[in-house]
Amino acid sequence: MFRPSLQARHALARLTLPAMFVVAFGLMLVGKVDTVVVERARTAIHDASAPVYLALAEPLGSINKTIAEISGLWGMREENTRLREENEQLRRWQGIALTLDAENRRLKSALRWIPDPEASYVTARVVADAGGVYAKAVLLSVGPKHALRKGQIALDERGLVGRITEVGSRTARVLLITDMNSRVPVILETSRARAIMAGTNGPWPRLLYWTEGSIPKEGERVVTSAEANAFPANLAVGTIRYNAAGIPEIEPDAQLRAIDIVRIFDYGLGGFAPPETPGRPTPGRR
Amino acid sequence: MALSDRTPGIRPRQSIGRRLDIAWRHAFPGVTSLVAMMLSLAPFGLWRQSALPPVVALTCVWFWSLFRPEAMAPPVVLALGLLLDLLAFLPLGVGPLTLLTTHGVAQRLRGTLARQGFAVVWPIFIAVACAIAAMNWALVSLLNFRLYPAGPVLFQAGLAAALYPVVAIPLMLAHRSIADPERA
Repeated sequence: MFRPSLQARHALARLTLPAMFVVAFGLMLVGKVDTVVVERARTAIHDASAPVYLALAEPLGSINKTIAEISGLWGMREENTRLREENEQLRRWQGIALTLDAENRRLKSALRWIPDPEASYVTARVVADAGGVYAKAVLLSVGPKHALRKGQIALDERGLVGRITEVGSRTARVLLITDMNSRVPVILETSRARAIMAGTNGPWPRLLYWTEGSIPKEGERVVTSAEANAFPANLAVGTIRYNAAGIPEIEPDAQLRAIDIVRIFDYGLGGFAPPETPGRPTPGRR
Repeated sequence: MALSDRTPGIRPRQSIGRRLDIAWRHAFPGVTSLVAMMLSLAPFGLWRQSALPPVVALTCVWFWSLFRPEAMAPPVVLALGLLLDLLAFLPLGVGPLTLLTTHGVAQRLRGTLARQGFAVVWPIFIAVACAIAAMNWALVSLLNFRLYPAGPVLFQAGLAAALYPVVAIPLMLAHRSIADPERA
């Protein structure tokens, strides 16, 4: 067998690091030129690792729950009083809501209102934080025969979470509304003024480009707008808060710091899908 | 039959078990780094957990490049960096470049640092982690054509500094026992 001399082997060993640097720069170029290949590789890796995360989710979840319960024991009395007060308040609101619901139905039937189509949804478990350092996203574990598509909308039990940006055979990635690249058309509920909610990678997205003359009020509710056909109208998004610098931000309704399970809605919206190469097959739908 | 069984000479018998043991000890740094990176994304429910994979990768590459460079060769570093890019949603190339730089720096400092104690290696690692976090931020900003806030960079550097003992002490123990090829 051919064995290079000791000097040659030393020289080769010294060249490996520079050679690997060259390969790394090459990879950088590939990443810039062919994003489709990179996205496929990424999805494949996450598809492969998702079953492991899913298997770990159950025991880790129960450990976390136990820790939370033990730490919750300390403030139980105060928590109980707070919850009683809140319950009372919610009962009053429930009464109002039921009356309004009945009135709404009566009015709609009197007007012969055509109801919005019921949206179908699937529920998925969040298995990993898929944001990295510079993005806010989560990875969902979904069954192998799912029908998820890019652009579908994720909600938790309280409000808007984000939109699906990548779909694999077992996983889907949801870009959260707090991500820097997220822009959501919204409506301020009381003034009906239109605006854009822009993520900042921080916990509170900013409100931009609101209609002139209607200044967003502290505590005002914000809902989605059907503009650009990317979202259905009137999904709960959050409430307005002003930060220390006097800039209006949105406190999201959804519990984005601890998302466990999300519902993915199919509203059948076509508009404003993430850019794709024409003629490219969508992974997971063959 | 293996060559060592047919030719006479004084050497320990190379049974399959022993050879597997040696191979495992050689592969230990690469394999454990890979597993640690994958596990750092498991659903522990930790706050800002997505900052963990780059920090874990950085610590593993630094440690093994310093104390056992032959097992953390540049191709292994490149592969780990590529995996990091895919796992942590970084632009392709950022992970390999930062980890290879870490490897290069560790190689340079190896002559003086490998004999030093933990108390000397840790502060130097903190300095390297800060520089690598800044490099990471600069590369990501450049590749995505946008200026990212510096907060996550500081957080990443701080996390690396704080987590170094947590990762490096078990690695040090493994390096002296179960991962040492001399003890196979």
